[in-house]
Amino acid sequence: MAAKRLNMRKRYELLTRGLGWEPTYQDKEKVFSNETYEGIKITNWDKWEDPFRLTADAYWKYQAEKDKKLYAVMDSFAQNNAHLNVSDASYINALKLFIQGVTPLEYQAHRGYARLARQFSGEGAQIACQMQSIDELRHAQTQIHTLSHYNKHFNGMHDPFHMHDRVWYLSVPKSYFDDAKSAGPFEFITSVSFAFEYVLTNLLFVPFMSGAAYNGDMATVTFGFSAQSDESRHMTLGLEIIKFLVEQHEDNLPIVQGWIDKHFWRAYRVLGLVSMMQDYMLPESPMSWKEAWDIYFVENAGALFNDLSRYGLRMPKYHEQATLEAEHLSHQVWGIFYNYIHAAAFNIGLPTEKKMDWLSEKYPNTFDQHYRPRIDMWREMEKDGKRFFNMGLPQLCQVCQIPMGFTEVAKDDPMQIAYRVSNYQGEKFHTCSDGCKDIFDNEPEKYVNAWLPVHQIFQGNCGGAEIPDIMKWYHFRPEDGGDYNGSADQKHWQEMRGETKQTDTPSEPVQASA
Amino acid sequence: MTVKSINGEYPETFMDSVDKFHGNQLVYIGWDYHTSICTANAYPLPPEMPFGAVTEAVLPTVLGPHPDFPKIDWDQVIWQLDGEPFTPDMTKSLLENGVGHKSLLRFKTPGLDGYQGTYN
Repeated sequence: MAAKRLNMRKRYELLTRGLGWEPTYQDKEKVFSNETYEGIKITNWDKWEDPFRLTADAYWKYQAEKDKKLYAVMDSFAQNNAHLNVSDASYINALKLFIQGVTPLEYQAHRGYARLARQFSGEGAQIACQMQSIDELRHAQTQIHTLSHYNKHFNGMHDPFHMHDRVWYLSVPKSYFDDAKSAGPFEFITSVSFAFEYVLTNLLFVPFMSGAAYNGDMATVTFGFSAQSDESRHMTLGLEIIKFLVEQHEDNLPIVQGWIDKHFWRAYRVLGLVSMMQDYMLPESPMSWKEAWDIYFVENAGALFNDLSRYGLRMPKYHEQATLEAEHLSHQVWGIFYNYIHAAAFNIGLPTEKKMDWLSEKYPNTFDQHYRPRIDMWREMEKDGKRFFNMGLPQLCQVCQIPMGFTEVAKDDPMQIAYRVSNYQGEKFHTCSDGCKDIFDNEPEKYVNAWLPVHQIFQGNCGGAEIPDIMKWYHFRPEDGGDYNGSADQKHWQEMRGETKQTDTPSEPVQASA
Repeated sequence: MTVKSINGEYPETFMDSVDKFHGNQLVYIGWDYHTSICTANAYPLPPEMPFGAVTEAVLPTVLGPHPDFPKIDWDQVIWQLDGEPFTPDMTKSLLENGVGHKSLLRFKTPGLDGYQGTYN
């Protein structure tokens, strides 16, 4: 009689717990040298519960099926030239931001989890991190493959990994992941699995994917769906990790809470880029940043932390400020890019009247009062042939690395830039908010090492002193940035669609005379 | 609090110490209540440069296009240096005025409140 087939749980147990052993040639502390220095105490790794108990054989089969479907959609998308069906070529700029800013993070996550799979001594945790590492690599690959079709027809998507390592606005997502990756393994997993994947991932993926759906981009929707089942597994893992850590030892609670505070704020600042995409870069907008924040943070995270309160965990510090900023964030981030779009590898433009009305409706407390006048002013300047470009370089926050354009919203002074400063060993370090200042003050030794793009330019480490030299060093081409009106993409789009060529000439930044 | 690290000592490199700026020092200058200019700007400036050159040569290169800028009466401007009230001596150098590496200079222009008084 044939041996009875093992059930899934049994197979999972054999695969994980059954694979471990006690080292005899080396001390266990040396083999797993990263496991204790953060102060986290693990008393029993066997309490680690994986939410899905996915075995390797089931995993391969399931992922292979998803890939088969995704690549079939990509093939048909390419054969049908389906890029011509999107709402407008200006939509593609959201995809440029995605491949420059998000896809390299998938790859960074892949590397981070691979390290964890090696550094955790619990076999269950090793397997879970290994699976997630493979997922993240697959996400990076499927995103690159999907968007490579757009790269044939549009600018700015030709070298995202190179750009990610060098470009001023991409140092924002990069530095967040560098921060997590250069921390210990428990901080990394709290940061990426919990603060980012559990608390905030919906604010990243839903806006991009629903934006794609609303704007006729079925290829991007498909890779979104293909990643979604992985994301829900990652989210559940994030929650299990937090519970595991606080249940293992009471000393872990304050450490974990500190990491939640820090990485909530770090990840939230990165999402400022998403808010701009959502409110200003989509020709058809399914949902405003503020609406998404209310649903995915205020409601969902509120309920989550209610559940977690029995473990002694509370909402992340400064969450109230982030909620107050929800009515300002996208307008301020977009304003930064309007100032500096000549030094970016995507295009933006002033919102249409229709979009202005949508913004008024979605932001009744802020748009007409503060931000509509700014756009009116810029529109007048454009009409007079004096399109405003900021010809200086911005002051950057030492922690989040975003140009310091956020205002004193929490102090009811929303049109005044917020400035915070710390002194460390005789040098000043500027931050954009109380959240970023706290992060600096907790670990100044770490953040003095920050590679701030603006300062690096002044030090002469970025290809030269003039903007064209720096753009070349970024691997930007002249046609990659600037206003969408008159851009190479707009022209090419009209040609591809057989529409009349328009005669707009793009505004060029010129050095104002002294 | 300090960073926890495997060896107990975290390597520190001050990436922006003044010696790395080829004789210049970094100065940040922001115009309060004029948020259409999205941030304070960073400028590498010689420490011995007279303060007067800030208003005459440095700021116009960036702030010049703003409609309020040509209307500024520099005698009426209210300055702040590193969070403290400050009256610059235009003829003296940045250093003599106490403007150091990574100092933040802010200024207010009373009566000029941005586009249509909206602080933009």
